Amino acid sequence: MAMVEVAWHGRGGQGAKTASQFLGEAALDIGKYIQAFPEYGPERAGAPMKAFTRISDEPIYVHSSVTNPDVVIVIDPTLLLGAVDITDGLEDDGILLVNTDKSPADIRKETGFKHGKVGTVDATKIALETLKIPMPNMPMLGAFLKVNSIVSIDEVSDIVKAKFIKKLGEDKTRANIEGIKRAYIELKIG
Amino acid sequence: MAQAKSKKIPLTGDQAVATAMKQIDPDVVAAYPITPQTEIVMYFSNYVANGQVSTELIPVESEHSAMSACVGASAAGARTMTATSANGLALMWEIVYIAASLRLPIVMPVVNRALSGPINIHCDHSDTMGARDSGWIQIYCESGQEAYENTILAVRIAEHKGILLPVMVCQDGFITSHAVEGVQLFDENKVKEFVGEYKAAHPLLDVDNPVTYGPLDLQDYYFEHKRQQSEAMKGALKIMPELFKEFEKTFGAKYDFIDTYRLEDADIAVIALSSTAGTARGVIDALRKEGVKAGLLRPRVFRPFPREKILSALKNVKAAAVLDRAESFSAEGGPLYTEIKAALYDSDIKPLVTNYIYGLGGRDIFPDDIKKVYSDLGAALKNKKVSNPINYLGSRE
Repeated sequence: MAMVEVAWHGRGGQGAKTASQFLGEAALDIGKYIQAFPEYGPERAGAPMKAFTRISDEPIYVHSSVTNPDVVIVIDPTLLLGAVDITDGLEDDGILLVNTDKSPADIRKETGFKHGKVGTVDATKIALETLKIPMPNMPMLGAFLKVNSIVSIDEVSDIVKAKFIKKLGEDKTRANIEGIKRAYIELKIG
Repeated sequence: MAQAKSKKIPLTGDQAVATAMKQIDPDVVAAYPITPQTEIVMYFSNYVANGQVSTELIPVESEHSAMSACVGASAAGARTMTATSANGLALMWEIVYIAASLRLPIVMPVVNRALSGPINIHCDHSDTMGARDSGWIQIYCESGQEAYENTILAVRIAEHKGILLPVMVCQDGFITSHAVEGVQLFDENKVKEFVGEYKAAHPLLDVDNPVTYGPLDLQDYYFEHKRQQSEAMKGALKIMPELFKEFEKTFGAKYDFIDTYRLEDADIAVIALSSTAGTARGVIDALRKEGVKAGLLRPRVFRPFPREKILSALKNVKAAAVLDRAESFSAEGGPLYTEIKAALYDSDIKPLVTNYIYGLGGRDIFPDDIKKVYSDLGAALKNKKVSNPINYLGSRE
């Protein structure tokens, strides 16, 4: 397996960093080499931010940020309005996953991304229905699992349980896992 | 007996260092939080609060006080640690020198960050490079894994009777300090066994054998005391290999003053500290596939300066580029460059040498940047001369 590089776009407080780490940690658990790191700037709740995950079968030595991601995950749909160039560096055969109630065709029109795959899912709605708060990071992790089988839902769920059970309690942990599963099912690809 | 390999666990570089400190369980830690070192102190404070270590944690009001408290504790006979970054190190400055001149074996992880101003929280080496003449041993780490291992190793280096010098364990701010990677931890008992119990040779608290630390020392003996520091640093070059060997025997991790990658038959080489060396490895693999004989030299220890090791590693290299993540404003290039050039003066090997200052204030260095350096080196080799000795890589012109 060549190295998979994932770029997460969100706003401070939406859990992009957490999602990038959970994906990495699930891959580490099955013996992959990983890196997960946010791009630190002046961190403020609501400000655009990026986080990255690298996964490989070989040791990862590179320490620069990801410039040509294989998968771009947009946790906050308002980032498509032009604050950030979402598809910058995205490989032609790359995958763009967006948290939105729009269709993949609409997103292609908005972003001008003509190649690869575009997936959409209303992750905020899923989060509101499962977790009761608009925290779309775990559903977007579920969307990733649909387009990339490097780790399974069960493997990610194990990480979510290990990380959340003490911090959030059983109900919210279960709701987060349900959010992952729902987005996995509801993701539309076009 | 080599231990069975445990599963890697996901840790940031800061968490890795905090874990090393937990396993070492020092007597005293006095520290003040500063980005990007904060997580080290934060996690370690948790270990103290949870009773997972027996350390006396001294929360101080500034880094000057942190190092002052460390000096007091270490002179009293305690195994002592702190951690800092950038402006925090700058604020300690006065006491950093005092710690070294009192020969106190304090271990200080430093998470490298640019010094102000303009104010910046991201990585460069201006903080520790500024402290290169302070009399501390300096180790630079490529990854969180190395930062973890070097923190453990540093305790033995600092406390060795033939060395007795404080040690900085440096890693790149945010780049490794805040990136999660898989880290292989050692068995905690093995770590405790390796570092052993610290018995200071001349502790202040040994009232039966009273000693004085830090008295006035004028024209009569100051010079000799400085000379002794010098000799200790030179002695460290001879003693550290024993400790590297013991570390490898205990934990299976190989250490030396330098690390090289595909350097044996390389015509052109990049010389770089810390995480940038990792980025260079992939570039070298790609260039090798094109038939370019590229290699890497990464000094792991900068103080003492491992001159012989560096010269021997460069013996077949025809052109080398020294990458400095610090500007020394000498108008003669960065600190690593000038020292490498000075080392080459007395040697028989005379590769073309060039300098690239890069990555100041956290400016990212990409594989393409390093590729450009190798391409410049190829051109220098062809023209038999360096077109520009001092370059600024990744800076707007």
